[in-house]
Amino acid sequence: MNVSMAEPIAPDLSALAARFRQVLPLECVVTDAVSRKPFETDAQTMHRQMPGIVVLPETVAQVAEVLKLCRDFGVPVVPRGAGTGLSGGATPVPGGVLLAMTKFNRILDVDYANRCVVAQPGVTNLGITKAVEDDGFYYAPDPSSQIACTIGGNVAQNSGGVHCLKYGLTVNNILGVELVTMDGEVLRIGGKHLDPEGYDLLSIITGSEGLLGVITEVTVRILPKPETVRALLVSFNSIEAGGACVADVIASGIIPAGMEMMDRITIDAVEEYCAPGYPADAAAILICELDGPAAEVDYLIGQVTAIATRNGAIGVRASQSEEERLLFWLGRKSAFPAAAKMKPDYYVLDGTIPRNKLAPVLARIGEMSRASGLTIANVFHVGDGNLHPLILYDANVPGEMEAAEHLGHDILRLCVSVGGVLTGEHGVGTEKRDLMPEMFTDLDMQQQQRLKCAFDPGQHLNPGKVFPTLHRCAELGAMHIHRGRTAFPELPRF
Amino acid sequence: MTSTYKPTDEKELAELISWASAEARPLELVGSGTKRGLGCPVRINGHGIPAKVDLSGIAGVVFYEPEELVVSVRPGTPLEEVNRMLAERNQMLAFEPLDWGWLLSGESKAGTIGGAISVGSSGPRRVKAGAARDFVLGAHAVNGRGECFKSGGRVVKNVTGYDLHKLMTGAYGTLGAFTEITLKVLPAPEKTYTLLIHGLKPERAVEALTAAANSAFEVSGLAHVPAAEAARSQVSHVSRADRAITAIRVEGHGVSVMHRMEALKKLLAPFGPLDELHSMNSGRFWTELRDAWLLPPDHQLVWRVSVPPTSGAEIVAASGADSWLMDWAGGLVWLGYESAALGQGARIRAAMTGGGHALLVRAPETVRREEAVFQPQAEGLAKLSARVKAGFDPSGIFNPGRMGAVSLPGAA
Repeated sequence: MNVSMAEPIAPDLSALAARFRQVLPLECVVTDAVSRKPFETDAQTMHRQMPGIVVLPETVAQVAEVLKLCRDFGVPVVPRGAGTGLSGGATPVPGGVLLAMTKFNRILDVDYANRCVVAQPGVTNLGITKAVEDDGFYYAPDPSSQIACTIGGNVAQNSGGVHCLKYGLTVNNILGVELVTMDGEVLRIGGKHLDPEGYDLLSIITGSEGLLGVITEVTVRILPKPETVRALLVSFNSIEAGGACVADVIASGIIPAGMEMMDRITIDAVEEYCAPGYPADAAAILICELDGPAAEVDYLIGQVTAIATRNGAIGVRASQSEEERLLFWLGRKSAFPAAAKMKPDYYVLDGTIPRNKLAPVLARIGEMSRASGLTIANVFHVGDGNLHPLILYDANVPGEMEAAEHLGHDILRLCVSVGGVLTGEHGVGTEKRDLMPEMFTDLDMQQQQRLKCAFDPGQHLNPGKVFPTLHRCAELGAMHIHRGRTAFPELPRF
Repeated sequence: MTSTYKPTDEKELAELISWASAEARPLELVGSGTKRGLGCPVRINGHGIPAKVDLSGIAGVVFYEPEELVVSVRPGTPLEEVNRMLAERNQMLAFEPLDWGWLLSGESKAGTIGGAISVGSSGPRRVKAGAARDFVLGAHAVNGRGECFKSGGRVVKNVTGYDLHKLMTGAYGTLGAFTEITLKVLPAPEKTYTLLIHGLKPERAVEALTAAANSAFEVSGLAHVPAAEAARSQVSHVSRADRAITAIRVEGHGVSVMHRMEALKKLLAPFGPLDELHSMNSGRFWTELRDAWLLPPDHQLVWRVSVPPTSGAEIVAASGADSWLMDWAGGLVWLGYESAALGQGARIRAAMTGGGHALLVRAPETVRREEAVFQPQAEGLAKLSARVKAGFDPSGIFNPGRMGAVSLPGAA
């Protein structure tokens, strides 16, 4: 969408902006179009929308005031971290407020004895690891945007990374949050202890995509750095052989720190881009990373090498130095920018499938790609079945973006049809919202929306995300008595 | 006379709940009933005697795919059956669900998988592998309106929609009735060894456990047992030590376990004399600890306290408990009291200055009606929890009062 730079703030928001200026420093309330423009999209750039007002609060009390004012004015509000999300979770809502949390950028407490860090939500994911790495610790989830993405955004999206198979997603690595509700109430959930008290609200706030409350503080678990990390670079002459190898590794009782696979198209693209020296004859390559005590890693390198050979690997290299390990990863980490060299635009998908469906699903994706005329490069977290097909297109060619989106949605439907899910780590947001019925019935989604109603009955917080149909909370709360007051006759009594 | 209903599938259960919901009839959801003594007793608020819904008829394995590390079961499936099936393929439920029977009835009664997930308790491996809810990938359930719904899926990496199944883990059946639970499983360790340090005082034990936890040696159990409780162990290295023991579990592939044991011995030698347990004894000891079996069976009150690990020793000192155990490097404290006198909860909670919560897990029913069994919550959080409950169960028919005030009808 093109937005005129001269576009004035919508008239009905002027009064709200004036109230914001009473509770926030003047520079924290942004109303001119030029300054609002950078906030019109997150990293899901297919969807753009100018926010009505941008606010950048500096304190928890200010966040609470902003939310209460939005509620009182009936204006929707969208929270945002660094805007690196890939599903449109931070896309502004027309005529709404964008609440940017970037000023909350301090680490509050590093507590090694309890193995946790307390951070404000605007601290970057990598910033947490940087704060503790000199003392031999790190924060495990490592989304590829970790240099820029914020821990608050990670909580909102339940972000993953390449090490989820062994270390889990964000939800498995946090202990507590401070959350401000739409009523301006500040709630503390969890802390430095391990068990939840009462309902485990932390597990649904994580991954709630900014629909339940605004995170103002996060307590994360940190882990001691593994003694050793080594990687294997394995090549296969078919994706099927690679998939079978992965299944055998896991069936043998080994849980690698990460298992990543790339297809031929991606290998060619990254060789062109950064020349990591991947085998020229492989249909697929697998990077298998093993971490832990040195004796264990060396032993497992041997085990996985044997399994790979049994599964017809045409090449196996074990990293002999940290330098070589990073070289193995260089190609994988460059896959997205390398794809961007092949075509001006790409659309990245995020479906997860059961591992044993890998070969048929990839074959079908290949057919769909040929039928649509759009090239697809496949990189995936093969250990946990999380696919990232990259659909290459050129937005300047009329109809190509729509075709890419259409093809992407068909691929996600395919993932669901084999027992998989729409999104493994990027979130639903606006991008996959209308596909939710592929996975969930109306009743499934209504039950999720009732949770939203418990937190935000007026539905002011990030409306229009995740759920394809907006139901009023009063409607969701109504009791429908289908069977009248008839007793319950059929069931046997004991 | 209490009515008992025993539905055999999701459809029968949904019809039963629709009816109860229309009539505002309270229901007590039970699997095999082994954990009825845990949490608050169901309260009925003048609605008559709650009808019991026996879910043990909704049982069986839906699918188990070892190479995919996933199993899906109906809630009434006995936990022992699930454990046995996984063990046959060298796999396990890595969160080590407790056998609450020892604590609640003096004998092994592990109950059903639905019950284990509904109380959501995690064993010693919590420090490394994660909590019960981390292993619940998806579920099918019936809400308090009699509507069947599902959430999650069967894959580990999934952020599609809200994780209602994780919220229902540990909700004591107050949000919905499970009809299918899908769990992540992990390979069972090839070898399990335990390093013991003898004779440490609680504060010093926490220091030793912290050193082990903060090392790169991937320990999966970090406990301390005082001399009197250690004497109850069936493992002679533990019971005959005649001193407190501090225990550190090392699991995994054989070569790796040997390597890490040697490294940990070097690291921990300054703390005191060391000993080690090998596979069978290790297994026995950690099960005794997991189930709080080492606490004297005649101690009438038992509290389970979750705190920041470095607070563990302080809580023990302030509690005035007659028996105790420490797990999770100090982050989990079991406190036993000989008499059933009221007021211990307030004393324990006053000592928890670093946050956390205390749960009363063994007490005569009279005490469970008087004491705050669950940690009292700040008002805002309690109200929110009550609204969450109402979103699942608007008439408040499921296990009313089982999780205290937030789970009573009208609390929202």
